[in-house]
Amino acid sequence: MSVPEGKPRKQIVLGAHLPGVNHHTVWQDPAAGSQIDVKSFAHLARTAERGFFDLFFLAEGLRLREHAGQIYENDVVGRPDTFTVLAALAGVTDHLGLAGTVNTTFNEPYELARQFASLDHLSGGRAAWNVVTSFDAFTAANFRRGGYLDRSQRYERAEEVLIAVRALWDSWNSGDVPADSATEQFLARHGVGEFDVRTNQFDVRGRFNVPRPPQGHPLIIQAGVSDQGREFASANADAIFSPFRTLADAVPFYRDVKARAVRHGRLASDIKILPSAGVVLGDSAADAQEKARELTHRQVSPATALALAEQVWNRDLSQLDPEGPLPEFDADTTSPPRWRGRAIHDPDLNAVVARWREVAARGGLNLRETVIEVTARATFVGTPTAVADQLDDFVQHDGSDGFILHPPVVPTGLDEFVDTVVPLLQERGSLRTGYTGTTLRENLGLSPARAAQPA
Amino acid sequence: MTRRTPASRPDSRRRPVPETLHLSAALESTGWHPASWREPGSRAGELFTARFWADTVAEAERGLFDLVTVEDSFGLQGSGFGPPDDRTDRVAGRLDALLVAARLALVTEAIGLVPTVSTTHTEPFHVSKGLATLDHVSSGRGGWRAQVAARAHEAELFGRRSIPAVTRETLQDPAVVAVVEDLFAEARAVVDTVRALWDSWEDDAVVRDVATGRFVDRTKLHRVAAQTPWFSVLGPSITPRPPQGQPVVTALAHARTAYEFAAASADVVFVTPRDAQDARAVVAEVRAAEAAVGRRGVPLQVHADLVVALAADAAQARNRLDRLDSADGEAFTSDALVVADSPAGLVERLLLWRDAGIEGFRFRPAVNATDLPALVDEVVPLLQSAGAFRRAYTGATLRDHLGLARPANRYATV
Repeated sequence: MSVPEGKPRKQIVLGAHLPGVNHHTVWQDPAAGSQIDVKSFAHLARTAERGFFDLFFLAEGLRLREHAGQIYENDVVGRPDTFTVLAALAGVTDHLGLAGTVNTTFNEPYELARQFASLDHLSGGRAAWNVVTSFDAFTAANFRRGGYLDRSQRYERAEEVLIAVRALWDSWNSGDVPADSATEQFLARHGVGEFDVRTNQFDVRGRFNVPRPPQGHPLIIQAGVSDQGREFASANADAIFSPFRTLADAVPFYRDVKARAVRHGRLASDIKILPSAGVVLGDSAADAQEKARELTHRQVSPATALALAEQVWNRDLSQLDPEGPLPEFDADTTSPPRWRGRAIHDPDLNAVVARWREVAARGGLNLRETVIEVTARATFVGTPTAVADQLDDFVQHDGSDGFILHPPVVPTGLDEFVDTVVPLLQERGSLRTGYTGTTLRENLGLSPARAAQPA
Repeated sequence: MTRRTPASRPDSRRRPVPETLHLSAALESTGWHPASWREPGSRAGELFTARFWADTVAEAERGLFDLVTVEDSFGLQGSGFGPPDDRTDRVAGRLDALLVAARLALVTEAIGLVPTVSTTHTEPFHVSKGLATLDHVSSGRGGWRAQVAARAHEAELFGRRSIPAVTRETLQDPAVVAVVEDLFAEARAVVDTVRALWDSWEDDAVVRDVATGRFVDRTKLHRVAAQTPWFSVLGPSITPRPPQGQPVVTALAHARTAYEFAAASADVVFVTPRDAQDARAVVAEVRAAEAAVGRRGVPLQVHADLVVALAADAAQARNRLDRLDSADGEAFTSDALVVADSPAGLVERLLLWRDAGIEGFRFRPAVNATDLPALVDEVVPLLQSAGAFRRAYTGATLRDHLGLARPANRYATV
């Protein structure tokens, strides 16, 4: 596929996300296995590594989702602890980055710094942290800290957690453990690990007890399209998730984030932009389109369509025909949310209603079709050749630096992609044929983490 | 199971059928002696790598041990209760024990994996799902050494609460005693809550019923609704019930408060007797603690901790320790008895302690590189010959190894 003139060919960054607790996961598929058994995780991770992926990515949930006051039964329920699974997977993979979403609201900086530094040591430099903040009082019911931080304080806390965690990672230098019995020096100097962090929300001090991680700093990943989110990520993150599905939307975001990174004194290549993406493969274009249609209709069953619409309208819509038109009434913005534990990205429900109506009107869609349309992820549909072209085009034209793939079936959902599309991307020179570095940071071609300040 | 004591065994000519012991290794950096890292083969430079830990635990698994424990603490190593010292000639730094244990899950087959995880400063919800997941990734080999973090400087690492400085001298002060008792009361509440979260999914909660579109049966998921002076947790867990139902909970205990914590919360208690007579007294204290807290069901399994330095004979073993002490510049002491002996001498002691009511031993190798292979290659065969230890793993889970049944779910209706 074409590379825009005068530009070097970019290497596509690939991540794999184990599908879990959401309607995208088709657990009813006859091939669907356990979403808890470690064999499922190991199969997906090994498949990703066989396909020379950069990352394996796990999401987080801290309270079971509820709908109309009851635990929601129709999607996958239950997931393991992120750190524990990633550490186990480090034992059966050699190169794959191990990325976990972990919130900053219900964890303390000292613990987070220890866990990510430990994961980085135990994986030989393959740890990555997707930093998230958006948890609410519903989730807080499970935590010691309890209570509730309002939105502005959550962001402040997140920023201060990151400051504190980096200070802890920097509290040891890379040469601090000579472990030399001849000179009797296990440590190179006095005072390793000393830190003293005082911010608005933290007053922590002492000595950190994990030596500097192999990557210096495990990777930081963030999401966020708001001005505040872009600014924070471009200054701090090594990767950012992009929500944009078309080149027209994606390119301006890509340019903006890279320009901001440069303004922060970084290289444009030091922040990777990674939208989540679905891939549907078929023997022909028509076959793939049919499979895609089938998949989205399995993901968004009539019941799921109503449940997702209830999140927006915040009303009982069970009497509605999911194959009929959208409700004509407005959202209930005064009652407590019918859905709990599912992220609401736009708190202005009637603005979402208006957007959905627009989508429905434009496409002549019924409610279920509208839900399918608005909740779809960037999806690449076609023969392996066509999909390889689409993915490569998107990256070479600066829609992104790569993708986080969300196979809809556990654990075999990545097999076909790795067997058919990966070799085609390799033929084009857009995907590595071997891992070149030993750490995730090296494999992604990122600059080394800034050096710890000498004590 | 009745305990055999000399009094209940009048006919000493008839060989008793020996009871099978439980054996474990306590993994602490390159070994428990502070000079162990300087020994040939210690691999001290690899201490923070997965390979070091994988090789060490493979050795314990070769010895058919029931389990390994992985030591941990939030604070950097120092001496006693105080803050870290400024010595550069001792091992300092450690990795998160739960993650070390998880890292070993897919590269070991049978051995139980028991990380030390604090009940202080941690979130019970996180602890619960972390240990449940360890049990999932190890297919039923997960355990927990529940530990209180009572050090003032560790509280400062978190900055959420302050704990007064505890020293050996102030241990008996009423104010310090009150703080320690509060930390243990919190620890009991943490373990209770973690166990309730493990039960918060009934074993058959996941139904995957395609006909009705239900993935899970929500009537089999339960709130734990824990309200304590220290925290509250609503539940259910996000993680389905672990393969063992409840991973094995262990605690190290030296005194009444800790015995009662173990009696209320644990399945196995690690104790530190000085000799066989003391062992008998400690077991009696543990049983008294069980009565005091009203423990029901299976009694605590009592395992004794021993630091071991082995050599061909006792004198050579003593010389080894002296040499290590002189390298470190201090005589090594421990809360557990330090045994410098031959393998045969050690085995003789183990069998005596067994007769005093000790059901297992957690060995703390003075030097991993030397003492772990000696335990595996010399002590284990002697115990096997005496009929006191297994010749192969017969079960698949840690509970199988320990002879502990899989607990019923408290919420399940029969």
